[in-house]
Amino acid sequence: NYKRYLYQRVFLERLSYWAFVSAAQTLRPIKPPASHYLVFLFNSVSLSPEYSLSTSSPHRSPPSHSHRKMPDVQSMVLEFVNKLRKRKIEGSQATARCTVELLRSVISHHRVPHANQASALIDAVKAVGAQLVAANPVELAVGNVVRRVLHIIREEDLSLATAAVAGLDLLDASDDDEDVNGKGIGYPGMSAAVVAAAARSTLRPPSLQTLLEGTPESATVPYTSSSGADSESKTADKSSITRKLKHDVIEGVNQLIHEIAGCHEQIAEQAVEHIHQNEVILTLGSSRTVLEFLCAAKEKKRSFRVFVAEGAPRYQGHLLAKELVARGLQTTVITDSAVFAMISRVNMVIIGAHAVMANGGVIGPVGVNMAALAAKKHAVPFVVLAGSHKLCPLYPHNPEVLLNELRSPSELLDFGEFSDCLDFGTGSGSPLLQVVNPTFDYVPPSLVSLFITDTGGHNPSYMYRLIADYYSADDLVM
Amino acid sequence: MDPRRGPLAVPKVRRVGFFTSIEPSPETPRPNRSLSGPAEAITSSSPLSDSPSGQFISPVQIPPSRHHSDNLASRAAPVPVPGPSAFRRQLANDRTLHVGSYNPVDSLLGTSPPSSNGEVSEDSGSLFGFQRSDSAKLSASFPNGGFDMTVAVRAPGESEAKVATASTSDGRKKNVEASGESESVATKPRKEKETRSLKEKTSKAERRAIQEAQRAAKAAAKGEGSKRAGESSRPKPSKPAKQPQPKKEAPQVTSSVSEKRAVSVEKERRMDVPQTQMQYDDKSRVDKAKRRSVVEQTESKNKVELFLHLPQYERGNQLPNLSSNIFTLDTIHHAVYKVGLQHLAGDIAGDNARCIAMLHAFQEAINDYTTPPMKDLTMDLTAKINGYVSFLIECRPLSMSMGNAIRFLKNQIRKLPVDLSEPEAKASLCSEIGRFIDEKILLADKVIVQHAVTKIRDGEVLLTYGFSCVVEMILLYAHEIGRKFRVVIVDSRPNLEGQKLLRRLVTRGLDCTYTHINAVSYIMGEVTRVFLGASSIFSNGTLYSKVGTACVAMVANAFSVPVIVCCEAYKFHERVLLDSICSNELGKFPLALLYLILLVLDFANKSVACVEIFAGDPDAIANVPLRNNKKHSKTMDNNKNLQFLNLMYDSTPAEYISMIVTDYGMIPPTSIPVIVREYRREDLLL
Repeated sequence: NYKRYLYQRVFLERLSYWAFVSAAQTLRPIKPPASHYLVFLFNSVSLSPEYSLSTSSPHRSPPSHSHRKMPDVQSMVLEFVNKLRKRKIEGSQATARCTVELLRSVISHHRVPHANQASALIDAVKAVGAQLVAANPVELAVGNVVRRVLHIIREEDLSLATAAVAGLDLLDASDDDEDVNGKGIGYPGMSAAVVAAAARSTLRPPSLQTLLEGTPESATVPYTSSSGADSESKTADKSSITRKLKHDVIEGVNQLIHEIAGCHEQIAEQAVEHIHQNEVILTLGSSRTVLEFLCAAKEKKRSFRVFVAEGAPRYQGHLLAKELVARGLQTTVITDSAVFAMISRVNMVIIGAHAVMANGGVIGPVGVNMAALAAKKHAVPFVVLAGSHKLCPLYPHNPEVLLNELRSPSELLDFGEFSDCLDFGTGSGSPLLQVVNPTFDYVPPSLVSLFITDTGGHNPSYMYRLIADYYSADDLVM
Repeated sequence: MDPRRGPLAVPKVRRVGFFTSIEPSPETPRPNRSLSGPAEAITSSSPLSDSPSGQFISPVQIPPSRHHSDNLASRAAPVPVPGPSAFRRQLANDRTLHVGSYNPVDSLLGTSPPSSNGEVSEDSGSLFGFQRSDSAKLSASFPNGGFDMTVAVRAPGESEAKVATASTSDGRKKNVEASGESESVATKPRKEKETRSLKEKTSKAERRAIQEAQRAAKAAAKGEGSKRAGESSRPKPSKPAKQPQPKKEAPQVTSSVSEKRAVSVEKERRMDVPQTQMQYDDKSRVDKAKRRSVVEQTESKNKVELFLHLPQYERGNQLPNLSSNIFTLDTIHHAVYKVGLQHLAGDIAGDNARCIAMLHAFQEAINDYTTPPMKDLTMDLTAKINGYVSFLIECRPLSMSMGNAIRFLKNQIRKLPVDLSEPEAKASLCSEIGRFIDEKILLADKVIVQHAVTKIRDGEVLLTYGFSCVVEMILLYAHEIGRKFRVVIVDSRPNLEGQKLLRRLVTRGLDCTYTHINAVSYIMGEVTRVFLGASSIFSNGTLYSKVGTACVAMVANAFSVPVIVCCEAYKFHERVLLDSICSNELGKFPLALLYLILLVLDFANKSVACVEIFAGDPDAIANVPLRNNKKHSKTMDNNKNLQFLNLMYDSTPAEYISMIVTDYGMIPPTSIPVIVREYRREDLLL
């Protein structure tokens, strides 16, 4: 049986190679005017790496009618970068949504060349992504979303390729005799690899053959070839395929936006499974996910009590408490220092993550590690809620320091009050008084009992696999 | 309660047992004791070593200091009790006797740390050995410091005050031992009578105690013969040290004499066992207490269900009312009243400060006290003090250390000699209180500083939490003697006591890092040692301290950083505690303050989130001013579903504590019950 399967695969590959070549060749001349216009109108965002956005005017691409639109996207990117840099946007969800919306407009404004559509898009997105990540390297959601978009582009590309394969499968007989016509398409070997990848992606389970085949991963293939084939089609369905990539990508990005916006509901749906009657729940930080989660349980007529640590020095716990009370939950605000004292009476700790790392570690609001340790000590389940945009494919190294951010000391100390003490320098020039005010905290996976994402509950040890589903391997380094 | 007695018996050998529960064998202390040579030498040369108790194999035998008997004698005779200066003199005398022992006077002068303690390591094994010797030495070198008062002294001090010392002449007998063995049979009839008369006066609890004791004595009578035979060879049962905590020992006491003995002992035990704390969910008791109370407390409307057993009052609003009638109240002495108000307002914070303030107020009150006609000084003064104490409790629940100090004071009053005239009695009490403050708190702090400084090496990063005056003294002293180190001060809302410490340290030129408790796991990576203060340490090793201490200790433990707790021994308490819920104090959540902070922050940042916060309350956004703020917090406050919980203390499990530095030396938390058992009681009875 398996042998047959292998043969099938090989056959399919051969077939698809021919199909591709033929399709590309035949479809070239018949380009519908509408699409042509679209491409030109939005052509020029020119986000390839060599374009530095801040000094882009000399590099602007010539087409005059695109000039109107171009600064629009560019300024949007700039504006967002500035916001990120100044930390005007906070919270991983808000950031993620803004990022993905920006990327969508980048994609939609990007002029797709006739050849290498996907790689051009990927380059463009990567360039913007790199800027965004550099603007706020601590906000991992940005990187996550950029990677997700890249992944979407690759996936769409692949699925288009497979669709083409499937379509050409039927047309195979008629197109058989077409010649390879290298116009705008990469050479056959490349195309074959893409098609192989496409085939792989259609036949989901990774087979022994694909592993042994030795073809490079779809991702590692330079995307020179694939999508050029889609730009034209002889028949009606083929012509739809050509225009599809960008459309599909935008479609996919829209889905991502939808997913990010709706992750609360997805997670909240699972609340009833985890919260029972008369439970005492501790939470800290202000997370909308947690809020929705608790409220969902409340709506299901579960009555329970919530302890909220106030989360000094930002006091986000108070915000959360206010929201919870507004929704009719029994809420008690405690000081952060009382976390250990209260944990013995708590049935469950539920927190919203800032980011979830691939090893199952969690980056959360400052103070989380303390709560996690206390929960471990008292064998209280420590549950982390995380939307899929918070799942980061990176493995952290020294995250307490490297993935952290120090905020203004003025949140802790009044400068005016202590200015009189500060004069007493040691003479060495080093200040006598330092104030440390970190934003985040890292919880190692060993302290986490459960992750609840929009796809369900998971063990910390499983997170790497879950994360692997969302990203392609070669986007990890941006 | 009990009639005052004549001169007290003077014990000759005191036996301080570090007994089997902790020690592997009774022999082990021997080599250790040789470290504290003088004590041993004197023990062996003591004329009393041939007394019955002297033959017992007791792990540590510490001779009574001679001036202690002087003391007692002076008290027996109507002579004014020597003031603090006299004590100092005696202390100095004593120092010459105990050559080589740890010298508290040295520590007062701030000389280099004693070499014998210098090498104490943190690991509990070796520490324990040192601790033993340390404590022995210490106790030997604090002749009247209350450390060295033997258990045997306690027997004369308290039980004999009630029963045994009915015979004034016998009281002088050298070999009066708490075991009752040496108690002269001649005193028996008189004592019996004594007990009868006592019984008439005793309270319900005491009667119960007596009954219990009698039952115990009956049981003891059965196995008496054999026990008697084996007594001298069996060290443990007849250890005088054990006498006051008898339950177990009671059966071993011989029947006829022991009956009364046990009675007194039982009664004494009753008195020593701390009263169970008032449970505020017990309606009837609360009502009763309310009727008596001076302070009008409004109960907070939104009580936290989990803490119904604790008083939950609105704070702050009773203050003007109280301060207005400060001169109209005659039941409470004005000094006590003032201290109460200061406690209430939070002007005096910190356990030591509160305790000292209270004791000074009591001193003043006692000075101004005159016994009403037809009344007994002991009884009346005790009642007065009780009144003061309950007033203070109304103002703010007492800390454990204050409870201990009050017990000390009551014991002092109880064992005042009968024939002391009123001024003398008052002078004696005042000087005793002064001595308690000096030796139990101030001197103890200095000893602790000396010990703890040996744990600070160059280049270390020390973390401390909140504000503890002992820790502050340690840090400043270490800085003074030239250690180079850095201090991390962790603080927490709402009190922000750490800022006080920060200010003091920075002005003295220490290199400080300041952060809040949430960031403790961020900063802990660079910390090499954690110094913590304590409010109390319970006999199961649980550290009861300012809320957040447990968090810090836990994180330090997770990062494998040693946690050193600095605590005076008078704060040790024989209660046990498992969590922070059962016994705690609730502060009022300073809501208004918080929202002030929130508003200021938000408007400074002009961030979007902040506007959202107060979107429901446009006034609050429009006008930053405080009055709107107040209104806002008020609406928050009145919401049924929202409660604010402001715990004052939490309890740190013993496993997080590497070492406790106390005035007896550096000990592991497992040794707390030993200290409590062997020393604290005698301290109280001194």
